[in-house]
Formats: sequence, C-alpha cells, structure tokens
Amino acid sequence: MKKGYLVLENGEIFEGNRIGSERDTVCEVVFNTSMTGYLEIFTDPSYAGQGVALTYPLIGNYGIITNDVESRKMWIKAIFIHELAELESNFRAETNLNDYLKDNDIPGLMNVNTRKLTKLLRDSGTMRGKLVSDISNLQNIIKEIKEYTFPNVVGEVSNKHIREFGEGKNKIALIDFGCKENIIRSLVNRNCTVTVFPQDISAETILEGNFNGIVLSNGPGDPEDCKIAIDNIKKLYKSDIPIMGICLGHQLMALATGATTAKLKYGHRGPNHPVKELKTGKICITSQNHGYYVKEDSINKDIAEVSYVNVNDGTIEGLNYKGKNIFTVQFHPEACPGPQDCAYLFDEFLAKL
Amino acid sequence: MPKNKQIKKVLVIGSGPIIIGQAAEFDYAGTQACVELKKEGLEVVLVNSNPATIMTDKNMADKIYIEPLTVKTVKKIIEKENPDSILPNLGGQTGLNIAMELAESGYLDEKKVKLLGTSPEGIKNAEDRQAFKDMMESINEPCIASKVVTDLQSGLNFAREIGLPVIIRPAYTLGGTGGGIAYTEAQFNEICESGLRLSRVHQVLVEKCISGWKEVEYEVIRDSKGNCITVCNMENIDPVGVHTGDSIVVAPSQTLSDKEYQMLRSSAIKIISALKIEGGCNIQFALNPNSFEYAVIEVNPRVSRSSALASKATGYPIAKVAAKIAIGYTLDEIKNAVTGKTYACFEPVLDYVVVKIPKWPFSKFLTADRDLGTQMKATGEVMAIAPTLEAGLMKAIRSLEENIDSLILPKLNLYSKEEIREELKKVNNERIWVIAENLRRGMTIEQIHEITKIDKFFISKINNLINIEKELQSSKLDVNLIKKAKKYGYTDKVIANLTKARVEEIKKIREENNIIANFKMVDTCAAEFEAKTPYYYSSYDDDNEADRKTDKKKVVVLGSGPIRIGQGIEFDYCSVHAVWALKRKGFETIIINNNPETVSTDFDIADKLYFEPLTPEDVENIINVEKPYGAIVQFGGQTAIKLTRALKDMGVKILGTSEENMDRAEDRELFDQVLNNCNITRPQGGTVYTVTEAKEIANKLGYPVLVRPSYVLGGQGMAIAYDDLDIEKLIQEINKIAQEHPILVDKYIMGKEIEVDAICDGEDVLIPGIMELLERTGVHSGDSISVYPTQNVNKESADKIVEYTKLLAKELNVIGMMNIQFILQNNEVYIIEVNPRSSRTVPYISKVTNLPVIDIATRVIFGEKLKDMEYGTGVYKRSEYVAIKMPVFSFEKIKNADTSLGPEMKSTGEVLGVAKNFTDAIVKAFIASGVSIPKQGNILITVRDKDKEEVLPLARKLYNRGFKIYATKGTSIFLRDNGIETHVLEKIWEGAESIPNLVEAGKINFIINTPTKGKESSRDGFKIRRLAVECKIPCFTSLDTANALYEAIEDTKSEEEIEVVDITEI
Repeated sequence: MKKGYLVLENGEIFEGNRIGSERDTVCEVVFNTSMTGYLEIFTDPSYAGQGVALTYPLIGNYGIITNDVESRKMWIKAIFIHELAELESNFRAETNLNDYLKDNDIPGLMNVNTRKLTKLLRDSGTMRGKLVSDISNLQNIIKEIKEYTFPNVVGEVSNKHIREFGEGKNKIALIDFGCKENIIRSLVNRNCTVTVFPQDISAETILEGNFNGIVLSNGPGDPEDCKIAIDNIKKLYKSDIPIMGICLGHQLMALATGATTAKLKYGHRGPNHPVKELKTGKICITSQNHGYYVKEDSINKDIAEVSYVNVNDGTIEGLNYKGKNIFTVQFHPEACPGPQDCAYLFDEFLAKL
Repeated sequence: MPKNKQIKKVLVIGSGPIIIGQAAEFDYAGTQACVELKKEGLEVVLVNSNPATIMTDKNMADKIYIEPLTVKTVKKIIEKENPDSILPNLGGQTGLNIAMELAESGYLDEKKVKLLGTSPEGIKNAEDRQAFKDMMESINEPCIASKVVTDLQSGLNFAREIGLPVIIRPAYTLGGTGGGIAYTEAQFNEICESGLRLSRVHQVLVEKCISGWKEVEYEVIRDSKGNCITVCNMENIDPVGVHTGDSIVVAPSQTLSDKEYQMLRSSAIKIISALKIEGGCNIQFALNPNSFEYAVIEVNPRVSRSSALASKATGYPIAKVAAKIAIGYTLDEIKNAVTGKTYACFEPVLDYVVVKIPKWPFSKFLTADRDLGTQMKATGEVMAIAPTLEAGLMKAIRSLEENIDSLILPKLNLYSKEEIREELKKVNNERIWVIAENLRRGMTIEQIHEITKIDKFFISKINNLINIEKELQSSKLDVNLIKKAKKYGYTDKVIANLTKARVEEIKKIREENNIIANFKMVDTCAAEFEAKTPYYYSSYDDDNEADRKTDKKKVVVLGSGPIRIGQGIEFDYCSVHAVWALKRKGFETIIINNNPETVSTDFDIADKLYFEPLTPEDVENIINVEKPYGAIVQFGGQTAIKLTRALKDMGVKILGTSEENMDRAEDRELFDQVLNNCNITRPQGGTVYTVTEAKEIANKLGYPVLVRPSYVLGGQGMAIAYDDLDIEKLIQEINKIAQEHPILVDKYIMGKEIEVDAICDGEDVLIPGIMELLERTGVHSGDSISVYPTQNVNKESADKIVEYTKLLAKELNVIGMMNIQFILQNNEVYIIEVNPRSSRTVPYISKVTNLPVIDIATRVIFGEKLKDMEYGTGVYKRSEYVAIKMPVFSFEKIKNADTSLGPEMKSTGEVLGVAKNFTDAIVKAFIASGVSIPKQGNILITVRDKDKEEVLPLARKLYNRGFKIYATKGTSIFLRDNGIETHVLEKIWEGAESIPNLVEAGKINFIINTPTKGKESSRDGFKIRRLAVECKIPCFTSLDTANALYEAIEDTKSEEEIEVVDITEI
C-alpha cells in the first residue's frame, strides 16, 4: 500500500497509507469524536475546507449508504483514520468507503495514529496541514500550508438554486449556508413546505415570499466572512417572522444583532456534548460541529438572553431574542450523526408560527 | 438538585455469594457506592453474606453485617440499626429482590425507611414481565411477541399460536436460570415446567424466538431531574439466543450505522424515562439484521454485570454516579472523575475497541453440557482493550488462561473437513476457534455467516487473523510482517511457532526495528480533553502515554484474572489490599489485571492500572515502560504465581518469598526434601507417567490413593482411586487435559483437614487463626465447610500444627503470606501442601479476627518485623465468635455437571455465618448458602455400601426426631436391620413413588447420597443428584456435611431469634 503523510503547519508529520484519491491536498485539520456517522460527517458542508481526523479507530464498518448523506457531495478535503474496514457489513451498504472516496476524488490516509494527532490538535489548537505522498521538499509543503485560506467557503457550499421540499401546511424559508439535509427532512416530516434559498438571497425576496417561518442553516468557516448574509439577517430580524438558527445560523444572527464571535482553540466536533437549558436546568446530549462561538460578553442583554450553555466549557450554546420570535442554537438538533435528543426544538419552532 | 439532607443513615444490600450470573461485579459496584456514601458524610450500614468481598471490609462501612441475605435477617438489621433509607440497586438481583419484598409488603413504609433511587413501581414495571410489556406497549416500544403464563397448558397453547421455536424466560431469576429455547413440544414441556418451578412468582414468559438477530445493549443513566445519558453501547458477536453473559461482546457496536445506533439509543432513553429509573439501567435490544425492525428484550433497572463492563470499557464509573444520584445529586452536579474537568453528564466516546470473552467452568465439569443458550454458564469474564478488534480478540483469548494464545485450538486439527463443518452448527464455548478452523480450511465468510448468523464483519476480522497466520507460516521472517502481526495482537510466542523461529529471534527483530508496545490512555473522551486517569492499554502505535514521572519507587501487583472455580474474588481482595498497603508505605502502585468485574480494575485503586493479559510478554511490555523496583506475586493467586519465573528472567525483583523457595514448595521432590529437613511427614506417594507405574505405586501404598495431575489449580482432575480400574479411568481423564507433566499418586489418609494461613517475616510467624474443615480429607478445602476457631482439635495437635507452620515458614524462608493444609488422624499431623502465597481464606480470617492480614504481610515484605508491630507473634488470640465459611455452588446453571464433592473444587462462592456459638453460626451459614433447615419432614438416604455403617448414627438421630426416612433398597435393608424404620423405594425411576415423583412433588426435604466411583452420567446416583439440583433441594454427598446440617436442625432457635452481629464490633 502506498505511503502517505500528513504534514502539519508546525512541521509535525504523521505517516500512514494512502486511500481514496491519489491527489495531494491542503486543508485545515480538525478531529471528530463520533463513533458512528462517518458518512454524515464527510457529506456535512460545514466541513468544507477541512480535513477530518476520526478518533474512532475502525472506520468503514458499515460501508456507504447513500440514503444517509447530508448533502449532494463530500465536502471534506481529506480524511485521516486509524483503520479502514476490509469488509463492510450492513443490510443497506451499497459500496465501501475506499471506492466512495475514489469516486468523489477525496484523498485519505489510514494507519494514522489518530489519537496522537488529536492530542496534538487539542494542545496546539486547530492547524492547517497537507496530505502528500512525498515529503522530500518539506519546506515548500509547509510554505504552501501556511498560505492556505478558504475564503467565501459558504458561497461555495451553498446550493445556487432555489429548491422546494415537502407539501406541508407550514411554509418555511431555509437559507442554505451549507445546510445538512436532515434539517430539511426534520421540517418536511413535521408538515412543512421548505423552500431552500442560496446564501446570498436578498432579505426582500424572503420577506415577500409569505413564509410562516425562517430557518438559518449550519455552514462552514468564519461567520464574520458572511457579510451579505449578515446584512440580510439584520433585515429579517426586524420582521415579525419567527426565526430559528442552527450553528452558523446561530452565529450569524448574533453578529447581525451586534454580538461578536471568536474561534475556539480546537472546536467542538462530536456526538457527546452536554448542554444545559438555563430555563429548566435540564441537560441535553447534543451533536456538535463548530470551530467558532458567540462571545458572551459581547451580547447586548436587551437584545438577547442565553438559553443554553455548554456544560464542559461554559460557552454559549443557544440564544433567545427578546421581544422576538427568534431562537438560535449552536448545536445540531437535526443530529445525523449523533443523538436525536434535541429534535424537539423543531417542534418548539413550529409552535411559534 | 443537591444532596438530600434528610438522608443520614443508609442500608446497602450486597449481592451475596459468587454464583454464576452474579459475580464480583457487585463487589465493585457496592464498594464504589459505599465509598461515595461515606464521602458524603452518611452513615453506612452494610449487609452481605459474602466474606470474600472488599465491600465487607471494616473501612468500607460504619456497620457491617455478614449475615444471610434473607428478608427475615434484613428486617432484623433494620430494626437494630434504624436506617432512614435503603440503597437497593447496587446489590444485583439478590439485593433488589429483598428490597422489593420489603417494600411491597409495606414493611418499609411502616418503619419509615425510604427506598433510594428508582421507585418500587418503576422496578416492578421493569422486572415483572406483564407490567413491562404493558408499559412498552403504552410508549410504543416494540417487544417480541410473548405472553406471561403461570401454567404449562396455557404456555403450550400460546407456543402453538406463535409457532415454535420459542424462548422461555422465568420471572425474577438471575442469569436466566431455568430458561431456554424450545424447538419441539417435548422440549417446551420440559423447560416450561422447570422455569415455573424456579420463578419466585411462578411465572414464565413464552416468547417468539428471534435467534439470528443482532443483540445490542445500552447502558443508560438517569437522574431525578430526568437527565439521561447513555454510557456505552455494546454489540454481541453471538446473535440473539446466547445469554449476553455467555456472549463475546464488543464495545462500541461495530456493525450499526448512525441511524440504527441512534434509533436504539433514543429508544433506550425513552424506556428509562418511562420507567422513571433513578440510577443505572441496562437495556437489551434485538435488531433485525435486514431491516430497522427491533425489539426490546429486557431491562435491568439496576447496576449489572454489563454496567461493570461498560464502566471498565469507557472509564465512566456507573456505580459511583448511580450512588450519588440515589442520594439526590443530578448528573450535571457530579464531576467526571476521569478528566476532572468535565461532568458526569456527558457520554463517553471510545477511541479503541473493547472485547469481552466469558470464562466458562467446563474444564471442571467434564460431563457438563457445553452448549450455550439463554441460561448463563460462565463464572467470570475477561476484557481486552486494543486499537484493533483483532488485537482485542487475541488479547482477550490469552487473558482466559486456557493455555490457548491464538485462534488455533490444537484438538480441532484432528477433525475431518465434514466434522469441522458439522461443529460449526454447535453453539458452544469453542465456537470462535471452530470458525477459525473452518476459515483455515477454505470455507468462505459468507458460508460461515449462513450457518452461524454471526455478522460477516466479525467473521472477516477472524479471517484477517487467519490470513496473518497463513502469511507467517508461508513467508520468510520479515519486519513488516512482524509489525503487522503485532498490530493485530499476535504474541512473539505464536509468531515464533508459526514461523518456526525462536521467540528470542522475534523479540530481537522487534527491538532492533523499534516494534514495541506503547501504552494509550482510557480517558472517556477520545483525547478531546486532557485526562488524569492512569488507566492504560497496550498498542503497537507510537506515542507512549504511560510515561508519567514519579519520584516514588514503583511496585507492580499482579492481579488474578477472570473469576473461575478455584480462583475467585478472594484474590482480588488480596490484590486490592496489597495496593492500599503499598500506597500507605509511600510506593507508586501499578496493577495489571484483565477482569472487568473487579475492584482492582477500578482506576481509583492503584496509582496506575494496566488492563492487559497476564502473560509473560504482556507483562514484560509494562515492565519495560515502568521499570519497577519490584513485583509482588503472592496475592494474585496461581495466575500471578505462574509469572514469577518470567518476571525474574526480566530482571524484576520478586518481593517477598523468593522464586527458589516458591519452587521448593511446588516441586514434589524439592518439597519432600523440605519436609525431611523439618522432620515432618506427609502421605507417602510418588510421581508417575503411565497407568502401569501408577498401579504399581498404588498397590505398594495400598488403596485408596489420591491421584492428581501436577501444575493445576483448584484440584482439577484430582480424584480418589479405590482399585486398579479406578486408576485406569482416572489417568485416562487426566491425560485428556495435561499430558506433559507427571501425575502424582499419594496414599489417601482419611482424617480431619486443618488449614492455616500465616504471615512470616523470616524470623517470626503470625498465625491469624487455625481453621478446621468439617468435611474429611478427600473433599477439596474450597468445597468444605471451614470453621474458625477450631472446635474439635486438642491442644497437643494444635501445638504441633503451629510448630510445623513455624518450621516450614523458616525452612522455606517465607516472607509474606503462606497457606498450609494439614491432615489430622489419630493425633498424628500430616501435611498435604504448602502454598507460599495468599489463599482464599485470607479475607474471611481477616474479618473475623480483625487482623489486617494483607497489610501486615505487605509491610513484612518490605522489611518490617512482626515483633515490632502491635499484633504479636505465634497464634493470634482466639476470637470469641465462631465464624463458619460455607461453600456455595452453581450446579443448577450447568446442566449435567456432577454435584458430588471430591478432591476437585466445584463451588463458585462462599458465605459466612458468624455467631457467639457453633450452632448459631452453622444455622446462619446454611441459611445464607440457601439451604433451608427442616425441623421435620422426609429424607431420602441412598449411600454406597462402605458408607452404610457410617450413615447409621445420623439416620437414627433423624429418625428419632421424627423425620420419615425414604431409602433405596440396599440402604433401606441395612437401616431396617439396624432398627430404623424406612420407606423403601423399590424402583427408583418408576411408579407413583419414583424418586422424581417424590422430589418434584416437594415431598423430600433433603437427600443424602454418597457417590459411587466413576464419572459416568448414566448412573442412578448422578441422576438423583441432578434431580435434586433441578428441584432445588439440598443433596449432601458427604456425610460430614449432612452431620453439620443435623447440628443446625437440633438448634432450638429460629432465624429470627439468632442475634445479628456487627463485625466491626468484634
């Protein structure tokens, strides 16, 4: 099996064997601690521009199940895993992970010491890196890594066309910043007609569309890069239409109302993040995937109040907007992968319409 | 919600003796709970009949009652202690059943005692078959088509309605006692009948058989506020049909996509919420492998064996958290002890694979049925942690200590292709080796899946191992291949065997190429947060995480591996106490063990925990990293002792008695010299290899003789031979298991057996107490009733025993613990054996004498002198209390196991009866071991000819007390000739008065049956003994045990009248 290397911006090198596409690629390296749901992770647009290390050591066990994808393609730039299953086994499995990676031209590395990599990212913070087959010219590789940025990543992942799903009684406008399909499915299953708009859709178009509610989706990258979206959300905020924000949608609403965001040292990516609902004191285990967060001291108490906090590090996990039918959450009520415990938030949202 | 301030004094109910289905996991859970409750400043009252547990230690609770776990006795304790609450959900099914009976009868309300944790209604909804079904229906969770029945006919009608095969599950029994799968109506009648009989409420569930579905378990925790988390899910490699305790289990699930994983997780949370569980709970699912269809199999509303496994697999301390929830805390208020940063309210994620394999007692029971089904048969289990499933499997296999260290089971070589294929249809303890052998012979993964229904993923993992095996066999020694083999769990020894190289060569190649084991940490969070837990497993990835610096000297304590007959929880007790003693002495302690059920593998016990197989290579990997000052082997049973030489070869200092001296005690010829030097006699005998030699020696010594293989545990394969024919049979049996070592043939001396544990510092000896065994020589000491202090040993003999102990301690230069077994015959003292190590009686003798035996032994090992301590030397002062240790068996779990007592140990656990006098103590011990003491009734006596004379006095006493005596023909004639009226049973198996009819109708209170020789299961005696087991009536195969029972019968006090003893006041 062909050797490959992950070179990190600090010069650290992880060796492994190449799987998937033979391309070399630069990416931001992050880790995810989910034990199931690799396909959902690989097709989650929020990972655009990133290479994902999976901490669970056996990957590919149940193969590829196309019904479980979360968007139209794989957005991750590379995968780093400990072991790839030789034989996939599940009644729905259609193909194996390696072929799928090749078909999608996504490179990967297996036999990587993913625990060591995770510890490094945890201690040094998220880093950029490059997956290569040849490390003879390390200086050039590191130079290339250091030059790597991924601006307008939201523009890249957001679907360019307006799409409509479902035939329910509630008309929902969903702005796609890199939307996971289970957000759409969650709404459609709850008697909604969902119109999915590109990320740069004007606020006016939505306001004129007679929608009962608006959902701001998840998505990748630094929220501050989404200037157009923030301007639009400012206008949506002023309307009386109920709004629900998820992940990036949560951050954008905060930015649109004057709060600020910052980058987490190594992000929250996994299926096991406890968040506390401040109103009830109840804990929910949530699925998370974000590298940025809304800074608590930047919130104008007259505009928004904190509804959920992360039990581990105390960061904001949700906001309720005062005098408005607007709430946003940092975590993923649509799960996929991860626990479905917070799916009730969709019901709460629809109850506001 | 913070701690409930109204709770001040809590009664914790333990789980009693180790039996199949209820083992050391409850000592682990109970110990964690007691520690937490005490930390919270509560007064803890503990009751458990099992003296070998750590939870019954003086520092674990404020008041400790080693008393029978019966409703009557627990009521007495409640009345004496007036606790305000009971913690019922950490003492297994035993603890839960008692608490439920107390609650349901209104007793707890009357006494104003609160049941902590889940409400009685919640428990009932989970435990009662019908209530559970109704509840599942009400929340739309699917159950398997089933019906609760209380009589055979309606059961049969329902079985016809849903179609065979069906599963029968009795209500309120543990380990599925009495259950099974019926494929025919005849089988149905048989299983259903016994199930009804065994159920406390005379209730069984008849259920559609869904064998072939995947079995998946979730461990869930819920607090009083309704917060729920799942700690872990686990997938059984064996599909539904094999009891989860008998299945090979992996964690986390391997073949479930996120959709199935979350579907079952959501269902588990829905169920625990509906049941309003407060604490830990285990939910078992069956999942159709070809769809999303699933069904809830069972819910355990308490901490269970699976939760111990889940705790060790993830690092999440379920019992500790459950105890905190019980006293009012919520999950977000409890810190995660592993990271010290996060809270208990999160879900662990693993970055490794965990494999559990059960440890079965079949090598002990040659006649036993090895098939696995819904009735659990394993006595214990091993767990392995590795970055690959293959390595996990290989580690677990060698942790079993069955002399098998890979997927090669030599005896399968002899099977023809057809035979080995046929073998695949059997579901028994050898299934994975049979799968491996079939793969080796060219069967495909698909074909094996078709027959076994085991998921192809798992078979492919076994296939990977077979491929590596083939590569090793056919290629040249190659660095990359060795690297690969190591990654997938092959030991140097197996690699050497397959490549026909020497172990040293492999090791050298590895070391030259830096292919070495590195240790990774179990941290509950897949490295997302920095963790402090010193809990490690080996891998062949780079980056060693076990390199924490310390200024302290390091000492390794070797654990005792899986719970098995002959080596049980007692040795875990010793290991844990050794660790505590070492910590007090300022050492950095390192424990190596692989048993997930135990206290020793709690990451809170030692400074560092290595969850690894106890083989020379695995231990050496740790030694290389830790470079300890020394190792202690004398507390970990035979498992640790076996590693002594290997440790010495690694250059590790053996702390305590030296390796040479241990050898002098073990090796027969060297030991003879030792005895000569001390001028002590032992039964004469010799070593042989063949039947002819054996007969020769036996005839020279004169029959009967004791025949046994050397180098075995718990008297395995040992038996008494009365003639040449016996010798032939026995040697044949022995040669089936061990062929290379000599066989020992000794003169059998019938006498009283005496056991002594002693601590020696090289100069002085401290004997905590002398124990007298009630059964004569010939019954394994572990199966005998042991009495402390001695009741029938005169001063002269006792003095001689003490003198011999001192002589032997000095001669063997014992530093630390030793255990000696003596025979007393006509005031002559003979020696049976000396074990220069801790023994199974240490926990019990520590508790009744109030001597911290292991602590003293550990201090002695590090040079402290007995004369400088406050305990004195010689025999420690005689206790005012009498303590009687009684063995407990699990015969009902192992179909076709012979129950007769002999030199080979068969008991799985023990109970203790403590009282001011012998009679009260023996009454307690019998009750605690589950034997009810009849004051009148009917007895069946059937003994072999040579015992007839001896049974006479007992028969007469019973007769005179008004017992009606049934006897088989020969016994009957003899008794009548001696003036005892008997009811003769002309035909044993036929007619209205057949033994089965009498026994099944409950007309017999107990049976006295002494076994005729031979091990055939076709004999009448064997069948009578099995019948007794199935019908749950006592059957005594040693007249000494029966005589002991008679002493209890004569006691005038009832259970309520005998005083309960708080052993902290002894």
